[in-house]
Amino acid sequence: MAQLKGWKEIPIGGMILEAGSAMEYRTGGWRAFRPVFGEAACIHCMQCWLFCPDSSILVNGENEKMAGFNLDYCKGCGICASVCPVNAKVIREAGEALKRDDPRLCIRMVEEGKFKE
Amino acid sequence: MSRFEALTGDNAFAMAMRQVNPDVVAAYPITPQTETVEFFAEYVADGLVDTEFICVESEHSAMSACVGASAAGARVMTATSANGLALMWEIVYIAASLRCPIVMSVVNRALSGPINIHCDHSDVMGMRDSGWIILFSENGQEAYDNAFQAVRIGEHPDVLLPVAVCQDGFITSHAMERVEVYDDADVKAFIGTYRPQWSLLDLEHPKTYGPLDFYDYYYEHKRQQVEAMEHAQRVILEVAEEFNRKFHRNYGLFEPYRLEDAEVAVVVANSTAGTAKVVVDALRAEGLKVGLLKPRVFRPFPARELADALGHLKAVAVMDRSISFGAMDNAGPLFLELAAALALHGVQVPIADYVFGLGGRDIRPGEIERVYREALQMAETGQVARRVTYLSVRE
Ligand code: SF4
Ligand code: SF4
Repeated sequence: MAQLKGWKEIPIGGMILEAGSAMEYRTGGWRAFRPVFGEAACIHCMQCWLFCPDSSILVNGENEKMAGFNLDYCKGCGICASVCPVNAKVIREAGEALKRDDPRLCIRMVEEGKFKE
Repeated sequence: MSRFEALTGDNAFAMAMRQVNPDVVAAYPITPQTETVEFFAEYVADGLVDTEFICVESEHSAMSACVGASAAGARVMTATSANGLALMWEIVYIAASLRCPIVMSVVNRALSGPINIHCDHSDVMGMRDSGWIILFSENGQEAYDNAFQAVRIGEHPDVLLPVAVCQDGFITSHAMERVEVYDDADVKAFIGTYRPQWSLLDLEHPKTYGPLDFYDYYYEHKRQQVEAMEHAQRVILEVAEEFNRKFHRNYGLFEPYRLEDAEVAVVVANSTAGTAKVVVDALRAEGLKVGLLKPRVFRPFPARELADALGHLKAVAVMDRSISFGAMDNAGPLFLELAAALALHGVQVPIADYVFGLGGRDIRPGEIERVYREALQMAETGQVARRVTYLSVRE
């Protein structure tokens, strides 16, 4: 952690005078569940990108396709998995409730401790 | 040229708001402050001000809107009383913590219950640790004059704190008195243009107000508030000096009245100080060496200056228009703080507290005279017969 500053050296009132300073706070450390790709193919609809509250959906700048998760900031909320229409399709076709880490899903949420590359 | 008008205290403060012409006013009406908001709404409707006037649905929203507007760089004013102030509570602290120089008229009223709409100081005394600068006003003129000074004090770069300007509910707020109203241009020149250092609307320099502030930095931000309070006393005096020169008044941290050669004094704030002056004059005519000290600045509390001003006395009687329930001897807050100030600054003088006027109970010259006569007895014997007296309460 950076050296903590004294009261004379910091802006008053808790103000933050730089834009985009949230980049310095790696919220990935809060994560209990990790989003990972499953078997169902992503259709690059960008719903997950739209809804991710931490701007942690990676997009390939060249082909503008969904390219994974930025785990430095992803807090593991699972919103991406909830809004993914491919997940919805997989669940419907399975005809039963699936566990959130079911390998058949497009985005699965896997418990951090149980995750293996 | 200034002119004299017959104004109620509420109207006098509204008149000051018209002349300040703040960028934003967000307020909710509550007795006895209501008239201020009504008069100001009239000025808005008549096009006399450019103010964005926000009619909010509660005081919590009023202070929230004030904080937002102040963070956006606006000059902001509002007004409230008692339960309205209580409903603002959370945001009252936030306004000071986020260093928003909001100016608020607090028309002092008993804080329920049982429900009561009349004057005492229990409302403002609750905000004494909130980080606001607190000024008292004896009458409408002082509330009017304090309003302009409050703008300057709060906005000073070394201070940047909100300022509450108190006046007594009904006694001052609804009584019509002669008020010298200054020329608009003179007021404008005195208050100047507000140039906020950190405006949210300054899009070239994006910034964040009010982020989460944990154990690593919160404490440092509180220390900064202490620093601002320490600067405030100097700034209050500088602003008063400039105001006095320009408008021929005599403001300071407090007003001594026939105090210099007095042997005993009463310390009392707001409108009752006016009544006490009459009593001082009457007792002086009898040859009794009595005086008065009327606090103007309650936050920051000028402990050393008060000790210096009262150090020569043989007895001091404090009059408190509220009770700090469960505090030492169930005394009032003004007494508790003043007694501590005198003790810590080496002033050994018999001191007693007289709680009075709760819920708007009348305080008459005869009762104040009794306080003086008991203080004279204290001076004679060197003994405090009763530490705290609940003046004129029925047994
Ligand atoms: S789990 Fe939440 S934070 Fe992580 S990528 Fe999905 S939506 Fe974003
Ligand atoms: S919501 Fe699902 S299908 Fe759409 S881009 Fe994200 S992962 Fe791919």
